[in-house]
Amino acid sequence: MPQVIGVPREIFPGEKRVATVPDVVEKLLKLGFSVTVQSGAGEAATIGDDAYRAAGATIVPDAASLWAAADIIFKVRAPSRDEVNLVREGQTLVSFFWPAQNPELLQLLAAKMATVLAMDSVPRMSRAQKLDALSSMANIGGYRAVIEAAHEFGRFFTGQITAAGKVPPAKVFIIGAGVAGLAAIGAASGLGAIVRANDTRPEVGDQIKSLGGEFIPVNYVEEGSGVGGYAKVMSEGFQKAQREVFAQQAKEVDIIITTALIPGKPAPKLITAEMVQSMKPGSVIVDMAAEQGGNCELTEPGKVVVKHGVTIIGYTDLPSRLPRQASNLYATNLWRLTEELCKAKDGRYVVNMDDDVIRGTTVVKEGVVTWPPPAPKLSAAPPAAAAAKAAVKPAGSEKKGHGHGGGEPMSVGTTALVFGVAAVLFALVGLYAPPAFLGHFTVFVLACFVGYQVVWNVTPSLHTPLMSVTNAISSIIIIGALVQIAPPAIAAMAGESARPDEVIRWLAVVGIALTAVNMFGGFAVTRRMLSMFRK
Amino acid sequence: MSGSLTSVAYIGATILFILSLGGLSNPESSRRGNVYGMIGMAIAVLATVLGPRVSVSGLGWIAAALVIGGAIGVYLARTVQMTQMPELVAFMHSLVGLVAVVVGYASFIDPTASHGMTSAEETIHRVEVYLGVLIGAVTLSGSVIAFGKLSGRIGGKPLLLPARHWLNLVLVVVMVVLGYKFLAADSIDVGLTPLIAMTVIALLFGMHLVMAIGGADMPVVVSMLNSYSGWAAAATGFMLSNDLLIVTGALVGSSGAILSYIMCRAMNRQFLSVIAGGFGGGVSGPAAKAAGAAAPAGEVVAVSAVETAELLKEAGSVIIVPGYGMAVAQAQHTVYEITKLLREKGKNVRFAIHPVAGRMPGHMNVLLAEAKVPYDIVMEMDEINEDFPETGVAMVIGANDIVNPSAEDDPTSPIAGMPVLQVWKAQTTIVMKRSMASGYAGVDNPLFYKENNRMLFGDAKKMLEEVLAALRA
Repeated sequence: MPQVIGVPREIFPGEKRVATVPDVVEKLLKLGFSVTVQSGAGEAATIGDDAYRAAGATIVPDAASLWAAADIIFKVRAPSRDEVNLVREGQTLVSFFWPAQNPELLQLLAAKMATVLAMDSVPRMSRAQKLDALSSMANIGGYRAVIEAAHEFGRFFTGQITAAGKVPPAKVFIIGAGVAGLAAIGAASGLGAIVRANDTRPEVGDQIKSLGGEFIPVNYVEEGSGVGGYAKVMSEGFQKAQREVFAQQAKEVDIIITTALIPGKPAPKLITAEMVQSMKPGSVIVDMAAEQGGNCELTEPGKVVVKHGVTIIGYTDLPSRLPRQASNLYATNLWRLTEELCKAKDGRYVVNMDDDVIRGTTVVKEGVVTWPPPAPKLSAAPPAAAAAKAAVKPAGSEKKGHGHGGGEPMSVGTTALVFGVAAVLFALVGLYAPPAFLGHFTVFVLACFVGYQVVWNVTPSLHTPLMSVTNAISSIIIIGALVQIAPPAIAAMAGESARPDEVIRWLAVVGIALTAVNMFGGFAVTRRMLSMFRK
Repeated sequence: MSGSLTSVAYIGATILFILSLGGLSNPESSRRGNVYGMIGMAIAVLATVLGPRVSVSGLGWIAAALVIGGAIGVYLARTVQMTQMPELVAFMHSLVGLVAVVVGYASFIDPTASHGMTSAEETIHRVEVYLGVLIGAVTLSGSVIAFGKLSGRIGGKPLLLPARHWLNLVLVVVMVVLGYKFLAADSIDVGLTPLIAMTVIALLFGMHLVMAIGGADMPVVVSMLNSYSGWAAAATGFMLSNDLLIVTGALVGSSGAILSYIMCRAMNRQFLSVIAGGFGGGVSGPAAKAAGAAAPAGEVVAVSAVETAELLKEAGSVIIVPGYGMAVAQAQHTVYEITKLLREKGKNVRFAIHPVAGRMPGHMNVLLAEAKVPYDIVMEMDEINEDFPETGVAMVIGANDIVNPSAEDDPTSPIAGMPVLQVWKAQTTIVMKRSMASGYAGVDNPLFYKENNRMLFGDAKKMLEEVLAALRA
């Protein structure tokens, strides 16, 4: 008996998306599940019941029978109170959930002994990218923001010279180059506008350029990348410098699209009332952060308002305004998640809490609240710019910067073991070694530590020069040969054999000659290599 | 020069060596770092030669040996091709190993070296000699084999003797027994026999260790030998009670160890099993193929150089992923010509370097630097992996396993879990290869069968030259 995936009609006012589409229904069936869709679920996204039926889904007339039949529910919006009442014990719900903003809902579902997978909590790891619904929605939102702006904006985006006169191109300024911002940059430059964009994270400059935008940096030195590739709250000084840049841009551009969000915090107020006032009449602002309070002081969430002659768009449902596209992408994200849940492709899902991706996504597991998840083992995106700053950072943080993964702290057990073994070894040395040896031993151990600290700072692109220079430096072994060639005579004690001077000298000469090859060759070749590295 | 002055000079040299390694943290400071290293070495040698432990009669010998060796070294450094860097480095490691052996023998047969020592001190001295010679010999023979493999004089296939782990264990036990005999010997002549026997066994051990490792694991081997050569120097330092040698040896040793560790991470292998020479089991053996994953289905689409040029012309951004194939074909200059042309056309061209691309750590970076590719468009895997989805064309030149999607998708794959460059996320990938042969790990690459992948078969250099010509046309 295959398990049943149920897709209800969204009841949130104005929500036009649906959690699965016919193409994806076929793929879900291939995984062994059967799919039940509520009649009219896809209507707003222009997908009729017949299309679902043709793909192999069962259509049921109302929500109650759907929730009763399904083992796992796919939804877009978080469930309403009414919908929560329909949840059965042991049922699994997959939807956007926003657990941080909806703690009560979390408790309600836990009380129902349900399992909830929140699509907004998918961890940011490369493996999880294919089920990152936030990114797919942000991509659509960014595109739609440009379309909305074009709709309200009274002019062309592209510059033209026509018989009726010259049309200057529109200037668009985009704040925040995350997925949404980048999509907006691509869409706006595709329409022919001059696009500028700003972000607190300097490493996204190249991405902005690659989509045809111009990167407007804030000239204030501070690293803006927080955990997991998201932005973080910046310092007072930075914010001041940033406001100056924005004020300048507000005077010059026709359209501003803001996408600045900081996880778990209200949206930063970046566009002040004065900046709006300074804009040309007829300009448009699209505030994509409206739902989290807005990046512009004058935004009214969910509405379009005109203030000081500037149209401010505060829609909170941009992805839903492209329902067909949004449903397609979201359904695919859900299918990818289903693949992760059902590795055996036998139509039975397993919520495997040892899997990092599943662990992060699951917010309630069989009645137990499992949100927030422990920190993921792998940091998603090490800041690209970190390599350049490597030299000034302490070694500990540097390891992470290069992404070798060496920066993870060892588990308590391993640490204890390492310290234990070290303690025993040191104790043995201390018990049996003569004092003269201990001096050298101290030097040796300390040098190992210095080497460890220094070498982690070496940038990976210089690993070959590192090897050739360490190789050259290990020619220091020449000292061993040098001191043997002709030591000052020591009176031989009675009974000891005489020193075989000739043999030792020849051994030493050979040793010196060989190390000289190494020493001169090593330094020379390192020099040759390093002189080739250029900007 | 007095003994104290020599010691102070040694401290200066030590600091210069540390600064030298520290300088390598970025390309700008690296040149200064190398100069620090040279100065440090000059100070150390001068201080020793002028110090109390070398009498005037030896100066002529020293000068002659330095001139001869130095001339050979500089000649080698001038003439070596950048593609041959791994061989040169392996060759130089073998020299350090050889010198450690020679110095160890000389120290042992020199009765003045242990003059006036107590019996405990003498035992320790003997242990140090023994260890120095042992590590030196392993480094020597291991490096010689690595050199042979890298330069193609010995086949790249791993030599897998039956019960080789037991064989290694037996060799180690024999060396320990010989060590006991060596310590118990009451005269130099008696001690010489076990020492020579041990040297022979250590040489065999080193050979066997590296013979069991396949061509593509060479980055680990080379950095491991680098580490061994450092430990050999440190052991010699203990033997001669010379702190400078100990410190420098430890620096080099830990540097090599960290590099091997990084390389292991990049291939998802266990560090300890590599240090013990235990790898080649399961993952690297050709046996993996027999147990291996199901062959991916789908069609391979081959393209011509002209079509490749068209694809490149249409793409807004290009990421080039070089591998060992580029080094073998010496195609780096042509690659740069193409890069230059595309950049002039306003395209965003970057390079993605996998940590174990090539035959030694950082091999690709050096080749690209030689071809004058600016280092700020050469990215590490972690810097660039996120950017593939926004990339028009990802061009893979002579690489295979480092772009294999089954490392991420297929948990049964022998390379599962190895971090790879996600080239398949680009709009189009072009893979340059001589044939459809599987990579070193013996795993078929599903990338080749993906819908958005195109294959350009042929020698990398020849094909790239044709692409370049088509781009110019």
